[in-house]
Amino acid sequence: MRRNLRERIPGGCAIIGVMSETGRRFDGTTVIEGIRCMHERSNGLGGGFAAYGIYPDDLKPYYALHVMSQTHHEHETMEEGIRQHFRIIHQEPIPTRRHPRVGEAPILWRYFVAAPTDFAEPPGEEEYMVGRIMDLNGRVEGSLIFSSGRDMGIFKGVGYPEDIGEFFRLDEYRAYLWTSHGRFPTNTPGWWGGAHPFGLLNWSVVHNGEISSYDANRRYLEMFGYRCYMKTDTEVVLYLFDLLNRRHGLPIELTCSVLTAPFWNEIDAMPPADAELWRALRQVYAGALLNGPFSVIVGFEGGMVGLADRIMLRPLVGARAGDLVFIASEEAAIRAVCPSPETVWAAEGGEPIVARLARSAGGSEPASAHKVEVPAAS
Amino acid sequence: MPVEAPRKRQAAANEITIDAEGLHYRDLNELIHQAAAQGARVIDVRNVNGQRYIGAGLRLPVTIRLHGTAGNDLGVFMDGPTIELFGNAQDGAANTMNSGRIIIHGDAGQICGLSMRGGRVYVRGSVGYRSGIHMKGYQDKVPVVVIGGHAGSFLGEYMAGGRIYVLGLDAPAACPLGGGKEPVWRVPERCRSLTGRYTGTGMHGGAIYVRGQVDPALCGREAVISPATDDDLPVIRRDMEDYARCFGLDAGYILSVPFTRLAPKSHRPYGKNYAY
Amino acid sequence: MSVIKNEPVTEQPAGGLLPTGAVPAGTTGSPPRRTASPADRGSVGVERGGGVGNKEDLAKKTRQAVTPFRRMRPAVRTHPDFRVIVDEDKCTLCRFCVLQCSWDALGWDDRVVPFDENCVGCWRCVAVCPTYAIRIEQWPTMYRENHNWTRFIANSVRKQAGSGGKLLVGTGNDKPYPVYWDHLLIDACQVTNPSIDPLREPMELRTYVGAKPDRVDLAAYLSARERHFIPTDHRSVGDPDRSGDPSANGRPAFDRDLRRRLGIGPQLRLETPIMIAAMSYGAVSLNVQKSCARAVAEMGTYWCTGEGGMHPDHYPYADHTIVQVASGRFAVDADYLNRAAAVEIKIGQGAKPGIGGHLPGEKVTADIASTRMIPEGSDAISPAPHHDIYSIEDLRQLIFAIKEATRYEKPVFVKIAAVHNVAAIASGIVRAGADAVVIDGFRGGTGAAPTMIRDHVGIPIELALAAVDDRLRQEGIRNRATVIASGSIRSSMDVVKAIALGADAVYVGTAALIALGCTLCQQCHRGRCAWGLTTQRPDLVKRVDPEEGWQLIANLFKAWSGEIKETLGLLGINSLESLRGNRERLRAVGLSQAEMDILGVKPAGR
Repeated sequence: MRRNLRERIPGGCAIIGVMSETGRRFDGTTVIEGIRCMHERSNGLGGGFAAYGIYPDDLKPYYALHVMSQTHHEHETMEEGIRQHFRIIHQEPIPTRRHPRVGEAPILWRYFVAAPTDFAEPPGEEEYMVGRIMDLNGRVEGSLIFSSGRDMGIFKGVGYPEDIGEFFRLDEYRAYLWTSHGRFPTNTPGWWGGAHPFGLLNWSVVHNGEISSYDANRRYLEMFGYRCYMKTDTEVVLYLFDLLNRRHGLPIELTCSVLTAPFWNEIDAMPPADAELWRALRQVYAGALLNGPFSVIVGFEGGMVGLADRIMLRPLVGARAGDLVFIASEEAAIRAVCPSPETVWAAEGGEPIVARLARSAGGSEPASAHKVEVPAAS
Repeated sequence: MPVEAPRKRQAAANEITIDAEGLHYRDLNELIHQAAAQGARVIDVRNVNGQRYIGAGLRLPVTIRLHGTAGNDLGVFMDGPTIELFGNAQDGAANTMNSGRIIIHGDAGQICGLSMRGGRVYVRGSVGYRSGIHMKGYQDKVPVVVIGGHAGSFLGEYMAGGRIYVLGLDAPAACPLGGGKEPVWRVPERCRSLTGRYTGTGMHGGAIYVRGQVDPALCGREAVISPATDDDLPVIRRDMEDYARCFGLDAGYILSVPFTRLAPKSHRPYGKNYAY
Repeated sequence: MSVIKNEPVTEQPAGGLLPTGAVPAGTTGSPPRRTASPADRGSVGVERGGGVGNKEDLAKKTRQAVTPFRRMRPAVRTHPDFRVIVDEDKCTLCRFCVLQCSWDALGWDDRVVPFDENCVGCWRCVAVCPTYAIRIEQWPTMYRENHNWTRFIANSVRKQAGSGGKLLVGTGNDKPYPVYWDHLLIDACQVTNPSIDPLREPMELRTYVGAKPDRVDLAAYLSARERHFIPTDHRSVGDPDRSGDPSANGRPAFDRDLRRRLGIGPQLRLETPIMIAAMSYGAVSLNVQKSCARAVAEMGTYWCTGEGGMHPDHYPYADHTIVQVASGRFAVDADYLNRAAAVEIKIGQGAKPGIGGHLPGEKVTADIASTRMIPEGSDAISPAPHHDIYSIEDLRQLIFAIKEATRYEKPVFVKIAAVHNVAAIASGIVRAGADAVVIDGFRGGTGAAPTMIRDHVGIPIELALAAVDDRLRQEGIRNRATVIASGSIRSSMDVVKAIALGADAVYVGTAALIALGCTLCQQCHRGRCAWGLTTQRPDLVKRVDPEEGWQLIANLFKAWSGEIKETLGLLGINSLESLRGNRERLRAVGLSQAEMDILGVKPAGR
């Protein structure tokens, strides 16, 4: 596994997300068939999946660290690091099956870990986890923790996504939320770690497009201690969600709106109190504005959100059928697995499509966001 | 995938049915081209789902009926045929079309009618962003796009010719998720109007007709907004009657609401931007 | 020979702040007596051979003219810088050039007679000649070629040997140091991301100058909103300040409260990230300042008064005016501070870091005296340091004194010269509570500076800016202050590169003067600017018509803004904040690895 740390990798892609709002779990074939339909949008240099709600009850409370390593030595170095920072509850190789169209894979392993001590407050533990994971990923050459959430996992590699899904035996997992990505990187050969989704704690991001503001966002994030060791623009999307939602307590919808902020002339036209808030948000979060053509699907604990850039330079379509919500680059991908959804609609630039687990299904706002009591507009 | 013979079924002497289920676009389009070359007048394609470039560059007088969701670039570079789509179109329908007719019974995605030089696109439902962008007329060619529902932002951006209609026959569909109580930070007016923002921005030819009122705040600076004049009415009437016929609608109902016209302020909106 | 000269030799010194103790020779002489003549209006509609001006008057002035050059000892006599050539075939004998030359470089003897040794190469005569009959050339080299003892250096020695004085000069550093802007190239979109059409699609240059917190406290906002019970109608579209809005009642208090709860300090709203740098009344004429003030008001940006106070004529533009507090504290009182949109504390200037200046008494006219609040005719001395700032904590004390006096409603800028340790100094300034830090590079302009200091002290703005932005980010305090770059921003591309390196906005000074006619003759300190810019002589001052001047500057800003938008479009971004600090979109050509490391850019091709 070679990381190309100097260069940023632009690319175009296919993305899809499927979620049951009632928390019904279903296997990975649905999402695999959906992404297969958009074969044309990938070039076989990267594919991947995120799945939420997949692990058995006894492992649910623990952070599932998915690790890929190039050599046994690097694998051991990473394991040593993990052992040093965390309590390992359980570990095993990530099950795979041989696949004719998937090349040589790195060593794939997963560790279910807990933080070493009890933190008084949950953010303390999350900060600790984020810090250690960033540190290990930055420090250990040739090995990468590519998934670190609880009761969720990321599975990715070099190949067409439908093949990668079969390689990882995703038909054997059941999740209430699946996202997937087919990659079309344009200037460097894909490497397993560079495939999407990118994840941090329970966040996962699949991304189609390019963040033209990348370096402005990266340097902004670095002020808050994030280290963009992957050098891909998807990474900054991930960390911005983490910063704004988890750390700064902005609800998901507001986080999305900050990332694709309204134009100044729209703000000027708002009622005064709203305008004041939006002026503040744009002034303070100027470095968080995502600019350039993109559409993303972000998975989090209990939901997913689809978001396209504010002038809609990348496609994004939503659909609903019963308890299922679909978000995809192309309508055809949805219809491939759900021929007759009740509604299909095109996303608007900067208007998030949010799907959440119903409260009865145990859903809630991710992290801290629900602390803010939100009054309705008059 | 090899082209399988049973996929083609000859119903009448010059009507052919193709099952597109699982077909790669290249194979499907090859079947369509073959059928048209063999003199088919009507080609009925079932189970379309996401196949791109249907009708691309086709120049024969054929009618293609599509059932399903057509993929990107439907009718790209098309010159003459009629495509009737029973379903939705994805992005780029009628891209750089020269002549012909595309009738879409559902919605169309982004950049519908991009750089159209001629022909007609009738959409029963709504269209995404940047529809009719850079449409242009040339000699006797006048492209026409009629949108039955509403249009996304940047409709008719730097439009250079032709006519675009937005009818608003169905109320704009609000995003069915994240609805209910509006949080205070909701960005207002983003997807509420008939035409989105920046309508006709940079237009320097042609006309956009909107059935009903237009909010000037949502229009580009290069467009002049006025009620449609008596001179416009015969053209509007003809276009609407044709459109209504295609979908079994009542043209009288469509015409019962006065139209607003967006026309270019100038043919050279940016002439003063440069120093020499 | 009855040679007619147009003006007595009147060195009216110090268009700007002369460095302390530097009083140029030749400050005696009667003030100009000539009243307005048509020639001064700068129009060129003069008929051939008709001539203007009173012949006897011209003859009298010419008799009084004695050029210092011709009295010099041969050892210290330098050759003229320029040669003025009048094409007699083309000359219409209108005498316009003679009347317009404020440097005594053209006389009249039934034809135009050049005095080459007085010519400063300001081009006024060339520009006003209706037939392009005048040509200015470099004086041909007459010394043996020497790359060590250049003509400039050897002549400097001669001038100093002749006078015993420190060399003085106006305008920014002209020496051939590397201009890093010209070693940086800008990226563009091709295929993998689309460029954006800047003419049709929204393209945002708006910039807010002022301190921002690290986060927006949404809960605090919502509680403030509840407290003030502002009704909200989300579907209303219109002017937020519209009268008749029920929520407009008691708005200022609400806004203040809201901003405080949101943690947002006072902000200046710039519709384009270009402001006009401090050029004081005294250094430049009132008409120049009027042109600046009106131009920025029209363009939605700001200008800085410099330390010479704010003339009452500018009060209508107070909302777009930044007032300066410098070591001389001229004009500073509570009204001055509160009248403006922002207050700038000037610690240093890129052209002359670490030294003060003075405006000689003879330039302190009644109007300047009243604007500066000093007695007429007395020297206006700006000490090198502020004598209440000997340390960073003293700076904090002054910052907060100003904030107290303005009830925390004005952003406070601190302007420093770019010096070796600029990053640490800027960090200290931000921590001291400044809302904006202005970094002025060593190529920045000046009305008067000792030549050797101008040419040898300080560092380039590009490196200083990159270092400051890096440092503030490393310390996690970049949001806490705006960074403004200045010191020779010459084009829209310099602005783009400055913002990509990390600046929020830029100040331009020289570019605005060039828009008004400046030809960079570097004689600002002599107070005889033929273009009416850096002079207080009434006959020259009126060569700048503020009604016309503001449009020239506004045109420039409009054109630059258009080019910046075009550049954002080709970068595939539609808002300036996505360019800010986005060094990935820059590449270097011809720079060393160390320079690239400091600038934080990769070499072109990587």
